Amino acid sequence: MAVLKFLLGCFKLITTGSKAYKAWVVFLLGLIGVGIHGYAHQFSHGLISTAMRDQVSWGFYIGNFTFLVGVAAAAVMLVIPAYVYHWEPIKEVVILGELLAISAITMCLCFVMADMGHPERLWEFIPYLGSINFPRSLLAWDSMVLNAYLVLNLLVVGHLLFKAFMGQHYNKKIVYPLVLLSIPAAVSIHTVTAFLYNGLIARPFWNAAILAPRFIASAFCSGPAILLILFQVLRKTTPFRIKNEAIWKVAELMAYAMFFNLFLEAAEVFKEYYSDTEHLLYMRYLYTGVHGHNTLVPYAWTALVCNILAFLIFLHPKTRRNFLTLNLGCLLIYSGVYIEKGMGLVIPGMTPDTLGEIYEYSPTITELKVAAGVFALGFLVFTLLVKIAVPIVMGQFGINNVRTSRDEALARSTAPASH
Amino acid sequence: MSARRHLPVIGSDGGAGADDASGAPLPGETPAAARSRRQFLRSAMGGVAAATLAGCGSFDLDDLFRKHFTELPPEEVKKLLARLEREYTAKFGKEVKVANTAAKPGVQFGYGLDLSRCIGCRRCVYACVRENNQSRDPQIQWIRVLEMEKEKGIDTAESNQYYDAAEVPRPGHFYMPVACHQCRNPPCVKTCPVRATWQEPDGIVVVDYNRCVGCRCCMAACPYGARHFNWGEPHLPPADLNPNTHYLGNRPRPKGVVEKCTWCIQRTRVGRYPACVEICPVGARKFGNLLDPESEIRYIMEHKRVFIFKEELNTQPKFYYFYAT
Ligand code: SF4
Ligand code: SF4
Repeated sequence: MAVLKFLLGCFKLITTGSKAYKAWVVFLLGLIGVGIHGYAHQFSHGLISTAMRDQVSWGFYIGNFTFLVGVAAAAVMLVIPAYVYHWEPIKEVVILGELLAISAITMCLCFVMADMGHPERLWEFIPYLGSINFPRSLLAWDSMVLNAYLVLNLLVVGHLLFKAFMGQHYNKKIVYPLVLLSIPAAVSIHTVTAFLYNGLIARPFWNAAILAPRFIASAFCSGPAILLILFQVLRKTTPFRIKNEAIWKVAELMAYAMFFNLFLEAAEVFKEYYSDTEHLLYMRYLYTGVHGHNTLVPYAWTALVCNILAFLIFLHPKTRRNFLTLNLGCLLIYSGVYIEKGMGLVIPGMTPDTLGEIYEYSPTITELKVAAGVFALGFLVFTLLVKIAVPIVMGQFGINNVRTSRDEALARSTAPASH
Repeated sequence: MSARRHLPVIGSDGGAGADDASGAPLPGETPAAARSRRQFLRSAMGGVAAATLAGCGSFDLDDLFRKHFTELPPEEVKKLLARLEREYTAKFGKEVKVANTAAKPGVQFGYGLDLSRCIGCRRCVYACVRENNQSRDPQIQWIRVLEMEKEKGIDTAESNQYYDAAEVPRPGHFYMPVACHQCRNPPCVKTCPVRATWQEPDGIVVVDYNRCVGCRCCMAACPYGARHFNWGEPHLPPADLNPNTHYLGNRPRPKGVVEKCTWCIQRTRVGRYPACVEICPVGARKFGNLLDPESEIRYIMEHKRVFIFKEELNTQPKFYYFYAT
């Protein structure tokens, strides 16, 4: 009964709201429609409706997937500083981080699905029913850890919200170990995703041990960048309160993470350019172009400039504490890492291909439509989750706000007759 | 050729294979229980899946929860092959055979390619396409011939695959054909998340097109560009179809799966040469059993100096290049 009421309550929360909220949801649903339209075309015609070909066999979908795994991982890693620095309200920060992680993982799984030639054979990934190649295949690992991570976050959030809804205190014995477990799990989803690329001997651009550390470093920038903006929006529009100090502290940590990211990148650039072996080819394709093929070059430099500027903004206490520059920095980081961990990672890994051919990839309308749909779905999931979570956690909405028809009948029959 | 493969209804002939279509039992489960679990799952999920996936040309309920091909009992293999033969025959309007000739004990195939002879005429490329039923549109070719500059030696970054075959051999250039090297340590096999590709006992690396999920991990893993994806629905005019096929080789493919050279598994397992070896006008291509001391490939290894491509990657190919003159 309580669970039913909880679900009813959730339903009530997401179906009521301001005009702006409704307009936003309708807008996202529209974009999802666009995505479905694009995917329907791809499903019936095959992946030929993308720009991927044998030479560049992974593209925009897998790039977005990689970026979003980073977001999912970093959102939860933010729990660590929340505990270390005793931010109030810790519970709220944890929940928001996990909600973001859930939405990001949803998008990740959709992007992988969109990239498959035979999505209807997904049952092959289920242990015992299919023939999953575990533990040898890194994609098998990835599918396991991503799903486990999703379940873990759903459990924690579900428990916290349900208990708050019932007006009870959450069970520390359940929540603490799970939250603690979600931290190494967050690191591992991103590491395994890095290893997916890292283990491919055919692609020198990825086959470098520095890849996993770089993934983690850049994730520590992009995930919090989203959360920082979110914190500000939420404290304007809801009773959710988070102190300026907490936001500034996160910004400071992001400066260190970005420094580390830039340092690792510099180490790679040095190694490739100074040793000047045949492996330099891929980095040259990224930064200067090869034989006049230079689609990626403007993006690569944009990413670099964004990252450096953001680093400087977050490093200096003055610009870090000014909300205008702080938000600018977040946007810069978001764009920088999006390029660097998305297309800037996938495409040069495959260009030139293993036989030296250069095929210049850039996504088709179908790919853009599908990606827009997936992002809209992620935003929708996040919006709805926040819409549910905030009032419940703030104690404004609970079991007493939900009445089933039976309650009402009961109330009517026991209520003193009014005049 | 837009004809879609038929979609059997549960309980019809498609479902008939269901009683022995069991999978590995779960730990602590009797085979009979495993069977009924699978049957239940199949019919429960099958209904939904069939309804939602009718648009997907190559979907077949029989494939749902089937055991791995190498673990399939012989009578089930028979049923599967018969079903495929029916489907292909209906689709192409001519009798198609799908064999499952097994690897012979004591056989490890090996391949030799004489770079000093190859003239880059691409006859092998087209003989391969004809023999192995590759899609004509979009075009898929398993053999890629690289034109290289003699001055630079083997340098893929400076190579060209799109030279004009009417002008070969061009002065100052040599030609290096590349297809699957049937690696002894194949990176493609270990990356496949669903064991849809594996190495057979005679060393041929094969793909099960009824299992491949089309994730393309193996394409990212192969250092020789040997794997090709069916990006669109493969088009193969019925007149061009080679009806003598092998399940693990040249049978017609659906869209969305990976395919690759199998050293003409349908020929070599019955003692014939691969199509590329037969067609080569200059005799640059050699093929044989590495375990047979009398074979031509062994003669070459003993009397010429052979080398392998990208040996630093430790893929250990069974494809050897050499210069006979
Ligand atoms: S050449 Fe490529 S496809 Fe063939 S076995 Fe080696 S890695 Fe696999
Ligand atoms: S594309 Fe097919 S064969 Fe290749 S790794 Fe994916 S499932 Fe395996």
